[in-house]
Amino acid sequence: MVAAAAEVKLLGMWASPAVRRVEWALQMKGIEYEYVEEDLANKSAALLRHNPIHKQVPVLLHCGRAVTDSLLILEYIDETWLETPLLPRDPYHRASARFWAKFAEENCREATRKAFFARGEERSEAIEQLREQLQRLDEELEGKKFFGGVEIGFADLAVGWLAFWLGVSEEVAGFTAMDAKKLPRFAAWMDDFLRVPVIRDNLPPREKTVEFFSYYRDQQLAAAAK
Amino acid sequence: MYSATGINCTPMAGAVVEDVKVLGLPLIPFVIRVLIALRLKRVEYELVEVQIAEPKSEILVKSNPVYKKIPVLLHRGKSICESAVIVQYIDEEWSDGSGSSSILPADPFDRALVRFWAAYIDDKLPAPVRALRWGTEAEKAAELAGQIRQALGLLEEAFVECGKGKGFFGGDAVGYLDIALGSCLGWIRALEKAKSVKLLDAEKLPRLTGWAERFLAEESVKGLVPDADEYQKFYAAAEARTSATPAA
Repeated sequence: MVAAAAEVKLLGMWASPAVRRVEWALQMKGIEYEYVEEDLANKSAALLRHNPIHKQVPVLLHCGRAVTDSLLILEYIDETWLETPLLPRDPYHRASARFWAKFAEENCREATRKAFFARGEERSEAIEQLREQLQRLDEELEGKKFFGGVEIGFADLAVGWLAFWLGVSEEVAGFTAMDAKKLPRFAAWMDDFLRVPVIRDNLPPREKTVEFFSYYRDQQLAAAAK
Repeated sequence: MYSATGINCTPMAGAVVEDVKVLGLPLIPFVIRVLIALRLKRVEYELVEVQIAEPKSEILVKSNPVYKKIPVLLHRGKSICESAVIVQYIDEEWSDGSGSSSILPADPFDRALVRFWAAYIDDKLPAPVRALRWGTEAEKAAELAGQIRQALGLLEEAFVECGKGKGFFGGDAVGYLDIALGSCLGWIRALEKAKSVKLLDAEKLPRLTGWAERFLAEESVKGLVPDADEYQKFYAAAEARTSATPAA
């Protein structure tokens, strides 16, 4: 059953990977929703009311109730709209998907963030640490096209930001962590993931994203220098 | 009773008997969560104590190669890591269908709510608790205690929405969020004693204080959350070992 558009609202920001992740899930399930673009420099009253603790996007509003944190939103979506399941049925495989989602969200994001902002001596260590995380993902893909198996699932949506935003980070910050020769499974996964229609048709424009993160990086580095 | 050396003693009435092992240590809140969850489901388990300081136990490194951390659940030849993931696995693997012994609530919004607050606990408590326990600067201590109190303050408010007027975050019965916070009670009480500081202040946090008493009295929890003195003994021994080690 497709929800009426007025029932589902997503507060988001166009360049945010966490927001896209939610959009991918909504689109996979054919859920109609109203998207509201937030200006993070000037957060709306709605955003502050619905996510008072973290004040972040994405926020999913369903029948007036707010769900925050993109991975929690994904689980909420999966449990509310049962067609096209994101998580597998078997408890062990569900645990595995949640584990890798957490890994992508915590370890990989942190490692990418470090490499993105690191300068001087810290940089090569940060890049090496990021490579180690990618190596683990590469190993996990042994014998699988996607983390979810034959089709994309919860873990792919959680890891998916790397397929697009890792390249953006590398370009903006001028480093290379990804090595298709050393991480062939992960390289293949990135290509396959971006080719999935729901993903391919729901990515921010690359140049604009590079510009945005370039500006963001300069801003953050300048603020840190003060 | 399950002895800490990993030997099953008297099986519980109506218990599920399968080969379930938990790699962990009885003082660690993240491990305690897993043990409470297994008890709630009446699943017999063996707690296998492991070495978490270098050199880590081989079984730990093999079964959790990514993080090399406890807890790890070993079941049917598979290992499951990360306490939040493990507790949900336990809930789903030993689900009786009728939902009567569910750890997570049934409604998707309530599930998102308890997951949110459980993640908040993991985000806000462990770092200041550890820093306060091992730190020495008085000024920093006051700041850290403040951070812990602030987090508990938000949880005091969250208790209203989650508990819906009942005795636990999970309503009538102990649930996911009760386990997430309750497993930390020994830590918190030990810290209060060691540092002479009020964290779970009965006056400021009456709901949580009442909840804590009820939680610790629950059958499924009894004996699993060590009291302040047990933590003290452990810390004293750790400190003695550190001071006994010649400086590098």
